[in-house]
Amino acid sequence: MLNSYIFSKILKQNIKTKLFIFLIFIFFPFIVNNSYYQHLMILVMMWIVIGSGWNVIAGYTGQVSFGDAAFFGTGAYTAGLLSHQLNISPWWGMAFGGITAMVIALPFGWICFRLKGAYFALATLALNEVMRHVATLWESLTDGMVGILIMQSFVSKIPYYYIALSLAVFSVFSVSYIMNTKWGYYFVSIREDQDAAESLGINTHLYKMISLNIAAFLTGMAGALYMNYMGFIDPEVVFSLHDISIMAILVGIVGGVGTIYGPVVGAFVMVAVQEIIRTGFFGILQEVARLIEIEFIDTIIKYIMQAHVMVFGILVVLVILYLPNGIVGDYGKIKQIFSKK
Amino acid sequence: MEVFLQTLAAGILKGGLYSLIGIGMSLIMGVMGIINLAHGQLMMVAMYITFVCSHYFAIDPYVSLFITMPSLFFLGVTIQKYLLNPLIEADTILPENQVLMTVGIAMVLTEIARFIFSSDYKSVTTSYSNSTFFIKNISISIPLTVAFCIAVSFTIFIYFFLLKTDVGRSIRATAQDREAALLMGVDSKKITAITFGIGSALVATAGTLLMPVYYLFPDIGSPFTRKAFVITIIGGLGSTVGAILGGLTLGIAESFGATYVGMAYDDMIGLIIFIIVLIYLPGGFKHWTKI
Repeated sequence: MLNSYIFSKILKQNIKTKLFIFLIFIFFPFIVNNSYYQHLMILVMMWIVIGSGWNVIAGYTGQVSFGDAAFFGTGAYTAGLLSHQLNISPWWGMAFGGITAMVIALPFGWICFRLKGAYFALATLALNEVMRHVATLWESLTDGMVGILIMQSFVSKIPYYYIALSLAVFSVFSVSYIMNTKWGYYFVSIREDQDAAESLGINTHLYKMISLNIAAFLTGMAGALYMNYMGFIDPEVVFSLHDISIMAILVGIVGGVGTIYGPVVGAFVMVAVQEIIRTGFFGILQEVARLIEIEFIDTIIKYIMQAHVMVFGILVVLVILYLPNGIVGDYGKIKQIFSKK
Repeated sequence: MEVFLQTLAAGILKGGLYSLIGIGMSLIMGVMGIINLAHGQLMMVAMYITFVCSHYFAIDPYVSLFITMPSLFFLGVTIQKYLLNPLIEADTILPENQVLMTVGIAMVLTEIARFIFSSDYKSVTTSYSNSTFFIKNISISIPLTVAFCIAVSFTIFIYFFLLKTDVGRSIRATAQDREAALLMGVDSKKITAITFGIGSALVATAGTLLMPVYYLFPDIGSPFTRKAFVITIIGGLGSTVGAILGGLTLGIAESFGATYVGMAYDDMIGLIIFIIVLIYLPGGFKHWTKI
């Protein structure tokens, strides 16, 4: 499986832009010392991991899953419970979180993969909700709605940033690697025409399950990272349909389904757009409004900041209408719009 | 024995209301294959319209049915025509963009409601909100019974509409094979918009009928969307009789779950039935009723 030819092929593409961006990421926490922005970057890294995981099962294998929060929550709870009940350091949860999520992925896939299209999406949604209810109701194991609180290992955000960065690099690299092997071609063939793939002798059940396990592993690790970083989780947060599952889908689709760097761009855009709208371009818009001294613009900016979720929703609607393949997928379209001017 | 009958009665009544929500979504999913995640939010819009009518214009909820149904019909047609129709022809890798579009629409509708009305809990109390009548020691709530009867009559009406009228037949044709219907001269885009409108109008009915007995806040949409899914899948896509059976099943199951297992478990029971039906009876009750 480990093929040095594929390694060199991935590394040689666009080597200069990749190195440049990579260097920016590595030196980022030293350039920007504000812990708010560091927090945002850690979130971006986490969403890169989750988005890449979703991209494997949905973008490349064509099975759009609405239930990624189940894996995220499993990873987070594994890390949390290891620390809470067994007094093992939660960093072990990073490894075990991914593995537990893979264990959950087995019945998940067994139930859901016999369905296609709309039914599959609904089944994953239902299983996500079932996991949330199990976490809430099984109080002897998970303390129910009270959640799990652990002591964080580091005070400053910088170690967390580097761990998240390495996780993100690992996930993008491994997805890129897998997509260049035979497995990648099997996945895409399942997406394009499952029956034709089956008739060519590709064991679609096996490869769909493998693809789901990869997604579960990556998302589970992201969940464990979340537990370590935030220090507190409860079922409503980590198994949330809206905040995790649907956000993962948005990261994937806005970034670009079926592309390697789609989730990276998508994670950036989603986190940035949310925070920019919520804080009015980090307070810059308010300063500008005060300088211009037109009251009308000031009130409009205030309303937009308060209704940030609505603006976010409108943006989602517009992106899906005009850039259905995401930013990376529809890059040609974007270049066309700008070159016509 | 009394507890059992009481639970059964409550379950049937709840089920009738659920089936109204379910028929709308079943029709939309059957005809267009779009998972409409904004269904609960449309119901919320209808409930807010009812609230405004009752609060500011002193119109009784049952009368405001005549206001909410047409307005939601138009809202549904507009959403379909300008937001969802362009996606059907778009050239994308994944066909699931429509689902995401409905998520965006749901978000926007919820936030608009929150913006206008704030997150306070609102309710409409009428003279008959709490009245019940008794059959041999079992209390049956009057507003829910009225809702149940209206739900059943609408279902019968929709059934005959789909079977006998021209528009109904065009809807069924578009559902079965969109391109063949186009070849036969059916304007698929218009029919799709009308179907979304009808689905929205039905869910508006459910919302208005539920208003006297329930409270209202902007986030009320999501649990109802989930229940609508469960009912649609249990009943089978596009099947009206299936939607009634699905709604009744869910209502009775939730009732019994809440009474005999525990209050917190009623959602779980619905989800477990959902998964069992998905695995063992794919296609839902439509398999048995064949409509």
